[in-house]
Amino acid sequence: MTDATAVGMSADTRKSGRYLYIASVAFLCAWVIVPIYFLLINTLSSPEAVNSFPKSFVPEFDFSSLQFFAGFEGMLTALKNSVIVALMTMVMSIIIGAPAGYALSRFEFPGKGLFRLLILLTRAFPLPLLALPLAVMFIQTGLDDTAFGLALVHTTLAIPFAVLITFSLFSGIPIELEEAAWTLGCTRLTAFTKVVLPLILPGITASAIFAFVISWNEVFAAAVLTIENRTLTAFLLQNLDTSPLHLKFAGGFILVVPALIFIFAVRKYLFAMWGIANR
Amino acid sequence: MLLNARILPYVLILPVTLFLCLFFIYPFVLVSQQAFGSSEGGWSLDNFREVVDYWKFPISLKNTLLLAAAVVPIQLALALLMATMVSKMEKGRDMVLYIWTIPLGISDLAAGIIWLAIFEQSGFLNSMLNGMGVIDKPVNFLTYQNPWIVFVAIALAEIWRATAIMLVILVAGIGLIPKEYYEAADVFGASKWKQFTRITFPMLRPSLQTALVLRVILAFEIFAVVAALGGTLFPVLMGETYAYQFDLLNSGAAAAMALIILAISIGFTLIILRILRVPKGASI
Amino acid sequence: MAEIQIKNVAKSFGAYQALNNINLTIADQEFMVLLGASGCGKSTLLRIIAGLETATSGEVWIGGKRIDHLSPKDRGIAMVFQNYAVFPHLTVFENIGFGLRMQKLPNDEVTQRVERVAGLMHIEMLLKRYSGELSGGQRQRVAVARALAMEPDVILMDEPLSNLDALLRMEMRAELKGVLAESKTTAIYVTHDQVEAMSMADRISVMHEGNIVQAASPIEVYRDPAAKFVASFIGNPPMNFLPATPAGAGKWQVSGQTFDGPNTDKAGLQFAIRPEDMAPAEHGLVATAKIVEPLGAHLLVTCQIDEAQFRVILDSDTVVKPGQTLTLAPQSDRVRWFDPETTLAVA
Repeated sequence: MTDATAVGMSADTRKSGRYLYIASVAFLCAWVIVPIYFLLINTLSSPEAVNSFPKSFVPEFDFSSLQFFAGFEGMLTALKNSVIVALMTMVMSIIIGAPAGYALSRFEFPGKGLFRLLILLTRAFPLPLLALPLAVMFIQTGLDDTAFGLALVHTTLAIPFAVLITFSLFSGIPIELEEAAWTLGCTRLTAFTKVVLPLILPGITASAIFAFVISWNEVFAAAVLTIENRTLTAFLLQNLDTSPLHLKFAGGFILVVPALIFIFAVRKYLFAMWGIANR
Repeated sequence: MLLNARILPYVLILPVTLFLCLFFIYPFVLVSQQAFGSSEGGWSLDNFREVVDYWKFPISLKNTLLLAAAVVPIQLALALLMATMVSKMEKGRDMVLYIWTIPLGISDLAAGIIWLAIFEQSGFLNSMLNGMGVIDKPVNFLTYQNPWIVFVAIALAEIWRATAIMLVILVAGIGLIPKEYYEAADVFGASKWKQFTRITFPMLRPSLQTALVLRVILAFEIFAVVAALGGTLFPVLMGETYAYQFDLLNSGAAAAMALIILAISIGFTLIILRILRVPKGASI
Repeated sequence: MAEIQIKNVAKSFGAYQALNNINLTIADQEFMVLLGASGCGKSTLLRIIAGLETATSGEVWIGGKRIDHLSPKDRGIAMVFQNYAVFPHLTVFENIGFGLRMQKLPNDEVTQRVERVAGLMHIEMLLKRYSGELSGGQRQRVAVARALAMEPDVILMDEPLSNLDALLRMEMRAELKGVLAESKTTAIYVTHDQVEAMSMADRISVMHEGNIVQAASPIEVYRDPAAKFVASFIGNPPMNFLPATPAGAGKWQVSGQTFDGPNTDKAGLQFAIRPEDMAPAEHGLVATAKIVEPLGAHLLVTCQIDEAQFRVILDSDTVVKPGQTLTLAPQSDRVRWFDPETTLAVA
């Protein structure tokens, strides 16, 4: 065999390897997108089309399923409840979690290891289960079946993430910037508001959005803790057996849309957030 | 200010600590009390006996474990594959990553509904098979006659939905591995496969740990995907817990179930931490 | 007047003693360099003066006022950091004016002072830029300008030049010295670079393991090191040491040669001499050349005397080959003596 053929062959294998690589990437993209596309078809088809067979693989852009969804009793209230609970969760988890993230990134203090363990422990627990005893506690305190009560539980879910994500964000801001601000006439608080906060705001927004998504998507605790004031997930779950297909699909689609937007909004931060939150 | 520096960290972690005590540790104590309590008062294992002896318990335990055993390894392999593919990508990396991480924001319930659109009787799988002439009238896949199809549908939905979280953790982890190691490996003539097994995999251990712990715990919490696709055809632990609480109104039994799920989760977490433990001082 | 007094300052991190009972007075307008290897406590001392770190015990006084209980902002200091700490979300102008804005000075005064110090540091044309658009050297200039704009009593600098490349460092060294002399502030400058210390300082405090071993003018630190540590830390290559045994009153025997030395009853001393203070002669220490390194301006020869390594700097025209035997005479007024037990200098 001459050198030339050997080179030619390896170029060939490299080329086919390249095609295989591109094809796999394309396949995996399709694997994610196509099911969502199917849901989109169902959502944008009339109830009759949704229940008919065989299905068309293009949407007919009929909004009667969505109209039916909007008109279904309790659905819009459930949607509103979901948004309210998610917003509360977002605000609470950042307000409560961010200071701890800051403390972890800036201070060495006795008990720090124990505190980190507590945070990590919560990640190792199937947290929604704790909604069961909380149901009793909430009845005693009047928090049962309220958006705020559920938001408290969702905040418990979101807090470990909020703490670890803000911890990694604060760790990315050199302490010298704060120290410089102190020597230039700032107190701890003004150094934080004038230097750290402006730098960290986009990241904080990203982790707030993350908290929103956690709450928006949570099913179990929502189903356990709300009865009249169902969130969208709890409402859909409760009516899974009885509701018609087009209602499920429209509801599912409404659940997915914010996810698409939010993941797009925070995509830059997803990886940076997990990079340090890992350790 | 000087005084501050000693007290400030405690002031800052106080809200989280209080919050977690109230909504994490306290309910945990309550759930334990409920689980170990009995109708006559005092401690007993009655609740555990009751749930374990119920005919659905072995099935739901088996289903949950089987599902985790089928789903998690595939997700791990897929996430590793996707993460390495993306790490070599030059053009379109951001776009591909965005698409691959979309399921991260999608709830298990929505994922179940999405795959219901494919597997239901008038769904897209039937339509496709019909279009190809394999079948001439729609088959109802999700019935008790087809337990394996129900299982596959649930597994697919889970793989589809929850691979993204592992992908994100692994991509972040790979990003932390210094490029010099690969350059050194190239100089010594290590193949791509060798580079993966000798550099990427060992250096990725902390990320793998996080990814696996998180995934396995979530796998034992599987609930809404199953509810959407299998309904009562495919009982799982979390679904039974929900049923005890609402359909049977037996909160003691629900609490006992919760503790059983907790125990399984902790057991697996410890196993993963043990297998993938990172020797002290060997981290990057 | 901004005289700085450090009284009995100690700092421990848990069991680790970072600073042992430091006492130091820095005169008004003096340029004091804290010099030492990493981990010697020099940065900790600077940070205690700045108020970024709290001393375990002791007092810090600036201009006759005790300040160790005050916040950094109330101490009348400004600081330049090793990594510059230029705020990335602000323009150069706003960075330099940051401290002035905190003092709520009127706009036109802020502008005037920012422009003055920017001129001083030659960065007038960068005022609208962000730190991401600056080179390392430019960022350093911004950091210094920001400190100068405060018109502080005391300016503290923590290895400000160590992130710059060699050429830029040399240039900035001279410029910084000029600017600081003109500004008439008291300056404390932390570095591990002895050349920087020698060239800039009015006085150098050499630190080692949490202690100030010697605080004196650069030439004194060089010529009359107070301890063996200083002698071996300063100078490149450092001082040579040889064991000496008593040979009568004020006489000491070193490698077979007798030298005049201190009149003490110690059982042994160490003879010390700088490499450039030796010259080939008829009579002297007999050394075997091992390594010969021509450095252009001069010739560095590493030799062996008895068991000890010994370096000499000779004229670059001298012809020396490895293995050759040299007879070296020390310049008698440059010979120093150290007590091997206390490691301190003996006169």
